[in-house]
This record gives sequence, structure tokens and C-alpha cells, in this order.
Amino acid sequence: MRRLLWFWLAIGWIGFVVLPWYQQEYGFWTLEWLTDGYTFYGDYAPAILQGFMFDRPWLMPVAVFLLTPFLVIKRPRQDPLFGNVLIASGLCGIGYMLLQGFAIGVFGFNYPFLTALFGELDVRQYGLGYGALFCAASFLVLFCTGLAARGTMRGDVFVTTSIGVIIALVATFVFFPVSRILISAFVNHDGVLSAADFLRNFAASTVWGLGCFAGGVCGVAWNTAILAILTATSTTLLGLAFALVVTRTGFVWKKSLRVLTVLPIITPPFVIGLALILLFGRSGTVTQFFADLLGVEAGRWLYGLPGIWLAQTLSFTPISFLVLIGVVEGVSPSMEEASQTLRADRWQTFVRVSLPLMRPGLANAFLLAFIESMADFGNPMVLGGNYDVLSTDIFFAIVGAQNDQGRAAVLAIILLVFTLSAFGAQRFWLGKKSYATVSGKADNGAHISLNPGLRRLCYGTVIPWALFTVVIYAMIFFGAFVKRWGFDNSLTLDNYVEAFGIGWSDHGIVWAGAAWDSFWTTLNISVIAAPLTAAVGLTTAYLLVRQNFRGKNIFEFGTMLSFAIPGTVIGVSYILAFNVPPLELTGTGVILVICFIFRNMPVGVRGGIAAMSQLDKSLDEASLTLGANSFTTFRRVILPLLRPAIVAALVYSFVRAITSVSAVIFLVSADHNMATSYIIGLVENGRYGVAIAYCSVLILVMLMVIVTVQGLIGKRKLRREDRVATDISTTGGKTAVSGLREKHS
Amino acid sequence: MTLKTRAGSVVFENVTKTFGKGAVTAIDDVSFNIHPGELVTLLGPSGCGKTTTLRMIAGLEHPTAGKIMIGDKDVTHLPATDRDVSMVFQSYALFPHMSVVENVAYGLTVSGQKKNEAHDRAREGLGLVGLADYGDRLPSELSGGQQQRVAVARALVLEPEVLLLDEPLSNLDAKLRRHVRTEIRDLQQKLGLTAVYVTHDQEEALAVSDRIIVMNRSVIAQQGTPRQLYEEPASAFIADFIGDANLVQGEVYAVNGDMADVDIGGERVTLRQRAHGIGAVEVAVRPDAVRLSDGAAGAQMSLKGNVTHATYLGSAMHYTVQCAVGELFVIDGRIDTPIKAGSEVGIGFAARGLALVSGQ
Repeated sequence: MRRLLWFWLAIGWIGFVVLPWYQQEYGFWTLEWLTDGYTFYGDYAPAILQGFMFDRPWLMPVAVFLLTPFLVIKRPRQDPLFGNVLIASGLCGIGYMLLQGFAIGVFGFNYPFLTALFGELDVRQYGLGYGALFCAASFLVLFCTGLAARGTMRGDVFVTTSIGVIIALVATFVFFPVSRILISAFVNHDGVLSAADFLRNFAASTVWGLGCFAGGVCGVAWNTAILAILTATSTTLLGLAFALVVTRTGFVWKKSLRVLTVLPIITPPFVIGLALILLFGRSGTVTQFFADLLGVEAGRWLYGLPGIWLAQTLSFTPISFLVLIGVVEGVSPSMEEASQTLRADRWQTFVRVSLPLMRPGLANAFLLAFIESMADFGNPMVLGGNYDVLSTDIFFAIVGAQNDQGRAAVLAIILLVFTLSAFGAQRFWLGKKSYATVSGKADNGAHISLNPGLRRLCYGTVIPWALFTVVIYAMIFFGAFVKRWGFDNSLTLDNYVEAFGIGWSDHGIVWAGAAWDSFWTTLNISVIAAPLTAAVGLTTAYLLVRQNFRGKNIFEFGTMLSFAIPGTVIGVSYILAFNVPPLELTGTGVILVICFIFRNMPVGVRGGIAAMSQLDKSLDEASLTLGANSFTTFRRVILPLLRPAIVAALVYSFVRAITSVSAVIFLVSADHNMATSYIIGLVENGRYGVAIAYCSVLILVMLMVIVTVQGLIGKRKLRREDRVATDISTTGGKTAVSGLREKHS
Repeated sequence: MTLKTRAGSVVFENVTKTFGKGAVTAIDDVSFNIHPGELVTLLGPSGCGKTTTLRMIAGLEHPTAGKIMIGDKDVTHLPATDRDVSMVFQSYALFPHMSVVENVAYGLTVSGQKKNEAHDRAREGLGLVGLADYGDRLPSELSGGQQQRVAVARALVLEPEVLLLDEPLSNLDAKLRRHVRTEIRDLQQKLGLTAVYVTHDQEEALAVSDRIIVMNRSVIAQQGTPRQLYEEPASAFIADFIGDANLVQGEVYAVNGDMADVDIGGERVTLRQRAHGIGAVEVAVRPDAVRLSDGAAGAQMSLKGNVTHATYLGSAMHYTVQCAVGELFVIDGRIDTPIKAGSEVGIGFAARGLALVSGQ
């Protein structure tokens, strides 16, 4: 503990004395600040010089809280003073940093009463940089070490600090931004609190109007709700049909159907919409075929509710399918066998036993699709036409000509209330109603097959739909090779050349294609975000599964919350929260990385929880009684056994970062443009060919990553580790795959 | 064998443990003393608090009140990591991703020993349990009994002051169980270890222990040597739990010094008095202490009963008999002359195998 303390105090002092306190205009990692007048230039100076030389004396008290720990560092840890001083130093340090950060901004004091009190400030301050980050980290560890010394978590420093760090991160990057939305909703253009503005935005007829029932246009809230209910219904029914075919019939291509479940993971959300345009758009193949055949004008029916609904149903059916496979398999065969021995025929058994047992699972699938549909940005963006939904409306409120943050905030709150209610219903209402009949006991017997009528119905739905999905994906790859869809259908490689052309010059390779820039940025950011996401997610899972502490339920809810927050809302909230000091992150790559970490963390948490629940707790306890501390136990026992879950979390967060669009579109900047937002730009300009070419490349890259990783896991089986009890290797392989698919369940 | 032992004592002083906000009391004001080199068994039905007690010795749970000492050192608030005890888990808890020798060496390497030394000592430890050649295998490649011995070796190489065993035999089949429990007992005696053994199997407890602490409903019901517990159960619970005794009503009609004359439904026996005065008492009757006689011999006896079930079990006959003092479960070794269900029998009692007990 003492060594740890010295280390973190050193970090704190490095942050205060050595590193630049404020953010660097050209980024920290360019190291441009080192050669460009470091220490003697006000923007680059560390806090200690800021205080002495650059008229920012308000930074000096930070040093006090970095000094106080030295008073007690030699004392025994049982001494209450030791812990108390550390707690106080950490708390005061962080508290003071926040206080001065929020009090003094780019225009001097942020609040008039401070100006009145201290007079006008002619020095301003910018966003906090690495110096401040080091100090804050140091204070956080001091605080947690102090708590541990006072007996929190049985005096376990590792566990206490982990909890502290996760809480601090979630508070900063989930709760703070979301609360910023709430504030913005009640603030008018002059920055004054005003309920009237909120009410005006909230009660507007564009939001709640019911015109569509009278032949007009409905409010955006109703539009969103109607779409979500339609999509949830259709995907749940289709998903159930798929699940029944796979688990209860002798269908020949069952295995191929399962491949469908991987598709949504690697498909950027608007790709389906794009493919639909190629088929059913005004110059779409099918449209033109029928237009020629029947001699009618090509319609625009695709743009609007029907198109979005179709696209979302195509996009989310695999998710329902995945969830419902588990549900359908979860009904114990012996229940059905019992029913049959009690003289029920197959139809009666299905209707009166199997279906009721699946009911909570069906509701779960419905709610998930509901949330997904509400949060979907890509398809409405591409196919919306005049049909406004919340997620796109929020986007246009911010980036459009209106630039109305208040309106965006109000819409975001409405969307948030919708999704959180669904999320809450799913967790609290369904959580208690699970009929999962799978127990630890070996359950013999096979699922009975469907009765013929039902089977024909399922086949009749599933086969055409699966073929349709195949056609859609074929379009994505075919469309990229067509010169100008619908007008000039000659084959060409132009689209690829334009996006990914490579030239050679005297200086070596020239990345001539227009897409390379965003492509490399995307890979870069995704590769950085993936391990961080996995680390945060799995640590959280460890704390949730293996540790007991007060407020654990709230902790869990907080960490899972960002799952239910639509990307658009996250995007808006990040813009509102991180556009001004003390945390001025917009326009950087860091904000993208952070956004991905906290958007995708819940998946890491879930995957980790699932994997860790399978590890007997006595393994940890054995390690503890053998003299290892909790950190060693985590590192040497739990992490190695979680390897499949780690790999899954890595791959998943990597892939998710690549396909994500809704939050990203708010946060990209000229320097950091991401693939998806670039593609959206192409679509808006009607450049479908290039857009589709880019999408197909992304899909291929992700497929390659997944296949490679699966291959690596598979290969490990040949080595020694996989002679490990079958439970490890099988769950290992399984968790990797199911972890990947976990995201929606 | 170079394994040294530093057997320590374990002392519980008024230890109480509640879970939740005082909702569930797992251990209620328990005190006991385990001497160095002794094997003490914590015995009791499930939920009696025996495992919680063991986990508190290990440091995996911490008492709500009271004091725990190991080897004369107060360890009440010390976490498991810092205690000088090691534990054999019910599930063995072998790390599946480490080889057998890595498992055994784990405790040594995490406490800072060099890998080579640790592995050498681990192999010694494996030799001790007869698995010297199995070091490079993975736990999954061993049989249940072998895994169990690895778990023991892993605990032993740390030379703990106290060895804790949490139902170490419950995952083995019946035949192996008897074999392994003898091995454990031999090893404990050879090394002079202090060991605390948790089980719910009374036969196992009787077989391995120097002393048994029987727990029931969060408190100690009785402690003593196996013989004391079996022959002089302090309560009806102990009599029933250890050796399936029948509890019948009797009456003490005379007391002579240590001994009491007792009437059970007309049959008269003389038992140790154990502070019972004249009047109604409860008598614990071991199933094998009941003598059934049918036919003419039975007709002469004063306590009569009716056999409702007769079961042939190879080595013995099991009978259920209804009689004036209640239902008796009887084990009779005379398998060649079985009594048919439905027969009228006379009931007598052997001199041993009966004891006066206080009620619950």
C-alpha cells in the first residue's frame, strides 16, 4: 500500500510540476509543445509555473492537497489519521479542481457573482490537459486508498480503487453529459433558466401533433412511437418464426440461418437502407421493372414510414432471432414431454405450455427491438423522406439551420424517457418473470417438432425473408460495381478507385482514394477504444459478480444505463457537456474514443458477468487463502480464465466502433472524420455507388477480424490449454461467439 | 519429507456473524478452542453455521462481533490473504488453466518465492500425497480423488498453522470416500497438523476426528470426542443426528448414585443418571440396541410392538416397529431369522446404546 501511495503521489506531482496543465491546441501526442517553448509559454506551462508566472494563482491550492499526504505517509495504516488525511486530501483536491474549473472559463469568471466578488479576470483558462488529468487521477487514488485504510471493502485497496475509478468515469462521461441535456432543455438562448422555453419546445405540435389520423402529419414523438411499435412487432414475429424453424424442425439449412445472426454485428446501420434504395428507390431495379411492366410512374413510397419500417425489420430481425433462439431452447423439453404424456397433442402443447413459457422472452425481444428502433439513426436518415423521427430530428436541430440546442435537448429528453421506460420495463418487470426452465440438472429429451400447420406457416415466412435478406446483402456487394445505379448499369471499378485508390509517387505510396483518411481514422480510434472498453467492462463485471458493497444495485444500473441511451442523445449530450472548459474535448479524437468506451461498455459488462458467473467463486477464495491479494487473484486466476470473454469484448467493441453512426455523427471533426459519417455524407450527395463500395470494404474488414479472431481461439484448442476441462473450452468458444452476439440481449 | 508444520491453535471468543442488516444470524455467540495438532470436526445439518465458522477462520468472512485468534494472534480483522491458514475447498477449486504443479506452487509464488524453488517444493508436496508423477498434467486430466489430493497438497505446501477442509469428500463416491478420509487422517497425524474439518456426514466425523463440535441453528449443540458424543449425547438433537437414535419417553423410578433405573413402556433398564432426577425423561435408543423377539419369547416380554416394515439390506435387517412408546427404527444383524412385517414382537433393550437425554 505504501509503495502504491508513493507512486500515485509521484504521478500527482508530475502532473503538477512537469506536464502542461492545460490542453494543447495541436494535441498532446504530437509533442509539438515540447519543442515549441515548453514551460515558458503560457499555454504549455505546468500548473506550478501557471501559478507563479502566468497569473493563474488559483491553481496553487492544488499543491496543498498534494502535500498533505506526506504528513501521514509514514504512519501505520491502522492509524485513523492516516486514512482520514488521505480521504480529505483526495476529496478536497478533486473538489477544488472541479470548483476552479467550472468557476473560471474562457471568458474569465463564469458567474457574475464571482466577478463581483474578485473583480474582473483578465486571464482566462482553457480545457484541462494531461497535467490536470494526472493530478485528478492521483487525488482519486489517494481518496480510495484512504477509504480502504479506514476499512472500506475490508481494506482492499484494489477493489476500493476500482470501484472509485469506475464511478468517477461513469459520473463524468455518462451522468454529467446527460444532466447537461436536462439543464439545456430549461435554458433559453441567453443562458437564463426558463421553463417557458422548455414548455414551448415540449408542447410544440411538431412533437405531439396528431395530424396523421386526420390525413396530415403527426408529431415526431408519435412518429417515433408508431415506428418502434411496428418494428418491434414485426421483428418479434419474424424472429420467433426463425427460432422455431431452427430449433423445432428438421430444416436442412438450419446452420446457414444461424449465420444471419452475425450479420447485424458487422453491418453499419444504414447499409440496409442503402440496399433498399437500390432495389425499391425511384431508380431502383424492382421499381423500374414494375414501372416498365405496368407503365406507371415510379413511386416514392420507400421514403417514409414503409421504407424505414422495412429497413428496420430487416436490420433487427436477426437480433430478435438471436434472443428468441435462447428463449425457445430455454423451454425445457421435459415440460413438453410431460404435456404430451398428459394426452395433449403437439398443437395443444405448443399453445398451452411452450408459448406461455416463452412469453417473458417474447416481451423481452419486443422491448429490445423497440429500443433499437427508437435509437436507430442510420435508416431514418437514409430513408426518412418527410417522415421525421426523434433521432434524426435531434440531429437536424443541432446541425441544421436552426441550431436550436434547447429544442434538441427537449427532443433528446423525450427520446430518453421512451427508451428508459422500455429499458426499465425490461429490467424490473421482466426480470422477475423469467420462466427460464434450464437448470443445472441434465435435462434429457428433445424438443418436440412443430405441428404441420405451424411448420408450414413458419417455413412460408422464414424462407422468403431469408432469401430477401440474402438479396439485400448481394445488392451491397453488387451495387458497388455499378457505374450509376438505374441509369448506367455497366460494371466498373470506379467506385472503389475513387474511395480506395492507391497511387505511387517518388515518395512512396500515395493514399489517393477519398476514403482513406476516414478509413484510417476509424481503424485507429476503434483499435484504441477496444482494449479500453474491454478493460472498463470486465473490471465492472468483476466488481458486480465478485464483490458486495452498498449501493451495488445503483452502481449496476449506472453502468448499464448508457445501453439504453440512444446514440443521438449521447452525441448531443457530449456536445453540450464537452464543448467548453474544464473538459473541452469536442473536435479531438479523445472524445470519440471516450464515446465508444461508454457506449459499448455495457456489452463488456454483460459478457464479463456471463463468463464470470460460470467461474466458481471458490477459485477466487482458494487464491486468497493461498496468500494472493485480490489484484493478484484478478490477474492470475480470473483474467486467464476469462480470455474468451476478453477476446469477445475486444472484437465486439472494435466492430461496434466501426459501425456506430448515431453518436459519432455529432462528434466527428475535420481532423477526425469517421467512416460512417463520411458515408452518410456520400449518401446525402446521392453518391450511392461510392457509399456502397465503402460499406462493403468495412464489412469485409470486420468479417476478416472476426474470422481471424475466431480462428485464433479455435487454434488455441490444439494447444495445451484446451485439454482443460470441456467446460472451459466449450464455454470458451461459445462465449466468444455469443459474447459477440450478446450486444442486443 | 521436509514439510515442516507449525501447528497453531484456533480460538473463537463469543463470535457472532449476521448477514445483511442483522436479518440472518449465521453464528450466534460461539466460543471454542482448538488445540495445536488436533483435528476438530465441525458437524451439523446444512444451514447450521459450520461452513460460515470455517470461512471465518479462513478470513473469507469476518465476524460481526467477537474475537478470533489463530496461534495466539488476534486475526479478527485480518483478510484471508494475510492469514496463515489454508483451505481445501469442497469443489477443490483447482485453477483449471494451470498445471497440477503450478497449482500447488501458486501459493508459494504469489508470496514471492522463486519459480524454481516453488516448483521443487510443490513436487515435494505432490510426493506427499502420492502424485509425484502427475505434476505436468492439468487438473481436468485427473480423477476426482486425485484432484482432491492435489487440493490437499496445495494447501499443505504453505505449511499453514491451520489446515481447513470444507466437506472435502462430498464430491467422491462412497467407496473412495472411506479410503481418502483415512489418508487425510494419516497425513494430519504424521505432520501433526491442526486441522478443522467441516462435514454433515456423522460417520465421517466419527471416523476422522479427535474432537467433534456439533452445531445446530447457529450455536454449538455439543462438543467432545466421538465416543462422548455417541455414547452420551447431551440432547435429543445430538442423539438423533449422530447415530439415528430413537427418542422414546421413559420414567426414572429410582436413582442409585451415578445410575438411574428407567422404565420404558414396562421394560426396565439401568442407565447413567446424568443429572436426571426421578420422573419422566427422554431416552435415546440406538437402532442396534433394540432386541426384537417374536413367537413365544416375545410374548413373555412386557413391551410389545407390531412390525410395520421389514427391509432386507444384506448385512442387516431394518425394521420399523410400532409400540406403546412410539415408533422404533431397529437394525438387527440376525439376517437368517428375519421377522415378517405384520408380526407381533416383544421389545427388549441391550445394556449399551441407550442414554438419557434432555429434550430439544
